[in-house]
Amino acid sequence: MEGWDKGTKSVVGEIPLLSTRAGPRDGDAWRQRLKEEYRALIAYTSVNKSKDNDWFRISAANPEGTRWEGTCWYVHNLRRYEFPLQFDIPIAYPQVAPEIELPTLDGKTHKMYRGGKICLTVHFKPLWAKNCPRFGIAHALCLGLAPWLAAEVPILVDSGMVKHKDDEVAPADAAVASGSAAAS
Amino acid sequence: MEEELRALLRDLDALKQRPDPAAVDRMRERVAGMVNPVGAAAARSKIKDMSAEVVDSNPYSRLMALQRMGIVDNYERIRDYSVAIVGIGGVGSVAAEMLTRCGIGRLLLYDYDTVELANMNRLFFRPDQVGMTKTDAAVQTLSGINPDVTLESYSLNITTVKGFETFLGSLKARSSDGRNTGVDLVLSCVDNYEARMVVNQACNELGQTWMESGVSEDAVSGHIQLLVPGETACFACAPPLVVASGVDERTLKREGVCAASLPTTMGVVAGLLVQNALKYLLKFGQVSPYLGYNSLKDYFPTMEMKPNPQCSNPACVQRQKEYMQSKPARDAAAKAKMDAEAAAADECPVHLDNDWNISVVDDSDTATPSILSTGAGSLPEGLVRELPTADSYQEPVAPVASGAIDDDLEELQRQLDALNAS
Repeated sequence: MEGWDKGTKSVVGEIPLLSTRAGPRDGDAWRQRLKEEYRALIAYTSVNKSKDNDWFRISAANPEGTRWEGTCWYVHNLRRYEFPLQFDIPIAYPQVAPEIELPTLDGKTHKMYRGGKICLTVHFKPLWAKNCPRFGIAHALCLGLAPWLAAEVPILVDSGMVKHKDDEVAPADAAVASGSAAAS
Repeated sequence: MEEELRALLRDLDALKQRPDPAAVDRMRERVAGMVNPVGAAAARSKIKDMSAEVVDSNPYSRLMALQRMGIVDNYERIRDYSVAIVGIGGVGSVAAEMLTRCGIGRLLLYDYDTVELANMNRLFFRPDQVGMTKTDAAVQTLSGINPDVTLESYSLNITTVKGFETFLGSLKARSSDGRNTGVDLVLSCVDNYEARMVVNQACNELGQTWMESGVSEDAVSGHIQLLVPGETACFACAPPLVVASGVDERTLKREGVCAASLPTTMGVVAGLLVQNALKYLLKFGQVSPYLGYNSLKDYFPTMEMKPNPQCSNPACVQRQKEYMQSKPARDAAAKAKMDAEAAAADECPVHLDNDWNISVVDDSDTATPSILSTGAGSLPEGLVRELPTADSYQEPVAPVASGAIDDDLEELQRQLDALNAS
């Protein structure tokens, strides 16, 4: 964990570690793992709220708990940028980390694989592999997604790839704008 | 083309004046010729039996010649075999074309991606196929090359729960003669760790022999590997390098650089992979357990890997157990084969005089296995093992605040929902 900032390190320390090595195909063991995932997520969300650093919402999108959906947001220059968030629990979980997707950013940055999967290869995957099976979804958000947002959102905003929703030109306005441009 | 269309228009006008069924037929033929100028003439019909007859029109004459050369006993058996190829990229598509041209019976193709212009530095796909799914584009090309091959196209992501179920189901479909699967071999031609672990999981569960292939990110080296569940190391038997060695991944991977690829390296690896697959299916030569390819030095290392008794994949451990249990039967079969060969061999002594009393001692059963066998603890005197042996793997106990979670799953869900809502 060298190279990580103190704040992240202390928060990670407060997320309960998981112990069941089980994936979606392991029946009852997966249910046990799912309970541990929930406990870690509840703890992490509570810590974030207590530190006034609430930055995501996530919940299982199916009863088996193999698909998760939600939103995450990042504040840059006092403005909040929000992105839908989704991922599937891979078959080889937990040996294989979840591939977190931000579908609305697909194609806007090269730090991303097809379908809006954020690149976790360098900063997160080795950490996950070394801590298998003790890391779970909460750790993936804390150590995978959070640093990615912190690194990429400012670049995306400053380069104009991502616009704040208040700055988005509504289709009607856009038509007027282009019409007047053509007339002038 | 334009001239023909104009002529057609004239004929249509004439037809309007005076209906003539024969003229309609003639026009239909002309239009068909324009729609498919080459294809109509070039596409061949299916061939029922492979013939060894040496004529220009026989697509299998050069393959059947392998029998006459004494390499393959019965080449036509290739039509009974089914091969699944996972990942139709730089390696998989070329492997699929090779097997198609060899006249394989059935090919199952898996990929979730579409063809892009960025793929054109590799073989097989054409610019006019951009936008098609890789599996459909492959079926289009392959069915034109050899209509005798049954092609099945699966455009799905095997790493998701739903995709995995379809993947397993398609491998199991058509299973005959009491086998677990309907395919004879699975070829993994994927480009990432996640997908390899999925193929590994499926093949371990089914006891399905598979071959793995890979090309390095810098495009100058690659490897192929044979995986027989229970008998050889599975893909999860050895931990990833970052875990095993503790090296920093940043020293291995250069940040912000997209993976390089060369048609040459990919073609070589596809060739090595399919050659090994043909040797395995048609039973000739030696099937390589692992073959590396370093193109900078043209170095081809080979090695064998035994399965890890402490493998983290439960299905692998189960297959290992079954393999151990079937050892007596395998030994008996091997002995019977040896005896048969010995009986067939000439019995007379090689040398009539033996002044020095030289004799051949059988050492295969005594010394070596005891050293190799794990847990035997019988090292030669003076040697000690560096690491202690353990009968069973002790999972390092996580410092979990072990307040056993006896909460109900729904209760936990409600708690998270409440936090989400607040």
